[in-house]
Parts: sequence; structure tokens; C-alpha cells
Amino acid sequence: MTSIGTGYDLSNSVFSPDGRNFQVEYAVKAVENGGTAVGIRCRDGVVLAVEKIITSKLLKPGANKRISTVDRHIGVVSAGLAPDGRHFVSRARDEASSWRGVYKGPIPVSALANRLGSYVQAYTLYSSVRPFGVTSIIGGWDSEAELAVDGQVGSGPKSGSGGKVDKAKSGGPGLYMIEPSGLYWGYYGAATGKGRQAAKAELEKLDLASKKISLLEAVKEAARIIYVAHEDNKDKDFELEMSWISSLDGPTGGRHEEVPKELLEEAERAAKRELEGDDEDEEDGAKGSERMEE
Amino acid sequence: MVGHGLTGMLGEDGIHVDMNHLKSGEVNLGTSIMAINFKDGVILGADSRTTTGAYIANRVTDKLTQVHDTIWCCRSGSAADTQAVADIVSYHLNMYAIVNNEAPSTQVAASLFQELCYENKDMLSAGIIIAGYDPRHGGQVYSIPLGGSLHKQPYSIGGSGSTYIYGYCDANWRENMTEEEGIQFVRGALREAIKWDGSSGGVIRLVVLTAKGAQRHLYLPDTDYTAPGRTQ
Repeated sequence: MTSIGTGYDLSNSVFSPDGRNFQVEYAVKAVENGGTAVGIRCRDGVVLAVEKIITSKLLKPGANKRISTVDRHIGVVSAGLAPDGRHFVSRARDEASSWRGVYKGPIPVSALANRLGSYVQAYTLYSSVRPFGVTSIIGGWDSEAELAVDGQVGSGPKSGSGGKVDKAKSGGPGLYMIEPSGLYWGYYGAATGKGRQAAKAELEKLDLASKKISLLEAVKEAARIIYVAHEDNKDKDFELEMSWISSLDGPTGGRHEEVPKELLEEAERAAKRELEGDDEDEEDGAKGSERMEE
Repeated sequence: MVGHGLTGMLGEDGIHVDMNHLKSGEVNLGTSIMAINFKDGVILGADSRTTTGAYIANRVTDKLTQVHDTIWCCRSGSAADTQAVADIVSYHLNMYAIVNNEAPSTQVAASLFQELCYENKDMLSAGIIIAGYDPRHGGQVYSIPLGGSLHKQPYSIGGSGSTYIYGYCDANWRENMTEEEGIQFVRGALREAIKWDGSSGGVIRLVVLTAKGAQRHLYLPDTDYTAPGRTQ
């Protein structure tokens, strides 16, 4: 980078003359080396998945989780520096808990993303700190049920509350991604880490905006996408870690949980099969490569 | 109370309210307040008497306080305390609406009131009824009595005058009343409360909360609380 030696990258809170904050850009570089993480938002839930690179054969398989539960209905996965990710999760838990303390109910996913966005942004302002070396994906489900105030006694009329409007906005899936700058957007499908380009290309093919994909299909797709994204990093072993949050009448009942082992393994087998299938296709393609096609 | 400081406004038996707790000169809402659920939302009602001891400090008080568009509360107890609490809740609800780009639900309002009333129970004498309408949950009525507990109720009555109308309300209350029936019920109950309770009196104020918003009503004693009705 041409800036090296000019001194504008030595401290946080210092702009370069062309309006860049180099410390933040370096943090993004740290993220770009992390294992690929993806999130998929579908009509009846959200799936989070991460490619956990195995750095040593001495590490116990299945231990050292990278996806965390922040509140009953919200999960977070991050790509980049793992300890920064853990600090981020710790703050997320504090925010979720503080919301419950004040409002006596679960924090909406959008409100948590907003608070964490502000938190991450604050780490780009001061010379005494460095920006977060993670990009985090926040997935959750805002309950579609009518929630009581925590600790309330009694109930309203037996016939129910009067004047309710059907189809008034009530809960649903939420998926947000926060970058080291503090920038965050809501997504149908989010990807970060080393294999994000390949993952994003696959996510775009799913046409998530039309809400055709179900949660179960999304689990399979998430597994496949992590395997596809790993193709360019084949020399390293990895473990697939996946979690999900479904609607209240779905498999997790609105909670953030690990994807059950059987389903995870089934999704992995399907992902591997499809990749092998792709390889065969490529071979077919090689044979017919003399043929000109348009 | 042996070995304990005085807690809140409860007397030695821990049940009955010590009515002599007010600081000298403190303004008291010796009151009749209520809120009900009906078919399309909620109705709040209150008398209008404010007293300092035997003296009526205000005969046309407004004890129905708006804390958000369609979330209101009925205040009883110390006028100063309940005004302060309502002001704080109102601030937080308006802030909530701006930050979250969404109107707060009645639950949010009720939990804010409860937090303030419970955490500061030793300093407050406030009995508050919260009633609100939002499209998702419809109408809801919550009651927060002296200790700071939170009760969701089909309808709620409060204040010194409420003791006289438990029977009236139990006999006349029905679920899913129409707006006109609901108004009749609240007006009839408060009329009785004012008749029997010396600390209640003046006019009857109502607020009807529905999908259409908030509508105020006023009923005057010289027409035996039958008019003028809808105002604003």
C-alpha cells in the first residue's frame, strides 16, 4: 500500500488525506483470512454456518465452538480473530440482558444489531484501542406470539384483547452483518471470511428475496456453500459448524440451537456428493471442450 | 416496626395503607380511577378531585395522562410522584419509538412503569393503571399497585373510591362490550364511586383508545354525569 511510511496508518482515529482509516482497513484484512461464515434468512427461520479450519490434529473435534448463543432467540457467528469474536459476543449478551432488564422481554434482532453496530464503531474512534478484527453475522427470530411482560401476574379478558388488527407486523426472521468499521446492513444472505466471494455467488443464486426456500433447504444450502467456499482452500482440513433458529411452530420453537448431528451429517453428505458431482461435470466439460458452445 | 425502617407506605401490619404518610402539604389524589377492555380497545376513566387534607386543591384535575399516542395511564396516590413517573415513562417511550422506528407496545410501557415503581417503592406513593391500544396486541389493561407488582387484568379499578364499586363492577362487567356499553359501564361505576367516596368528586373524564386513536369524553355533575360526552 502506498500509504506505508506516510504515518497515516499508525493510529486509529487518524484519517489519511484521501479520507481513509487504515487501521479499519487492516482489520478487514484480518477478517479476510478467517474461516468462511455464512447466514441465510428464509421465511421460517435463519441458518448460521461456519468453516472452522483445523489448525492442529490435537484439537478435539466438535469442541471450540465458533457460533454462540447471545439470547434464547439470537445467535452470532464471526470470521476473523476468534478472541475479538468472543469479546463481541460477550458484549452482545450484555446488551440482550440489559434490554430484558428494562423492557422485561426479548430484544428484537434489529435493536441488537443497532447497539452492536454502535459498539463496534466506537472502536474506530480512539487512539487507545484498535478496531475489531471480526465481521460478525447476527441471526435471530423475533417471536410472532404475543409475549407477556416478564414477571407479570394475571391475564386480560378470556375472550382476548379487543380491537386487534390481523396481519399487524409481528415478529419474523432477522439477519444482520457488522463489519470492523461498525457498518451493518440487514441481509437475505450474508457471507464473510476467506471464501466470501464464492459463498456470495452461491447465495445470490438462491433467490432468497422471493422467500421460496424453507429452513430445512437452507440448512442443506448453507452446508453446501461452506463446502463450495472451501474448494479454494483445500489443503487445510475443516469442520462444519451450523446453528439455526426457526419460527415458533418449527423445529427449534423460536430458539437458537445447534443443528442436530444427524441433520448436519446428512447436509454434509449431500454437500460432498454435489461437489463430487461438480467434479464429474467438469470432467465431462473437459472431454467436450473441443466443441464450441455459446 | 421492630428492627426495620419504615418501608413504603404500608402500615405496621404490612397490608394496610398508612394514609398519614404524606408530607405535610403534599397533594394527594384521593381518587377513583379505572380502565377496561372492550370490543375495539380500552377505555380509561377518572374523577377529577385533588386534595391537600380536607381542602380540594383542584376540582377539575386531569388524572388521565398520555405517555404515548395510544398508551395512557390513570394516576392515583401522590400527584407529584405520579406526574414525575409518567413524565419519565413518556420520555422513554418517545425515545423508544424514535430509536426502534416502531411504536412501543403496551407491554413496554407497563414494564417501564413497573421498573420505576418497584425500584423506588420506598420513596413513592403511586398506584397506576396503564391502558393501551396497539394494532398487534389490541387493547390491554395493566395495574401497578403500591408495592410495584404488575397485574394484567380484563378491567382494573383503583384509588380510594374503588372500594365502593367492587360490587357494582363485578355485577355489571361483561367481556366484549361495545364502545357505548363500555362508556356506560365506566361512567356508571365512577358515578357511584364519586357518590360514596368523600375524596372523589368533580367531573368524570374518559379516554377511549382504539385503532382510530384517542378520544376524550367529559361528563359534568350538573347533568348527573350524562353530558357533554365526546370532546375535542
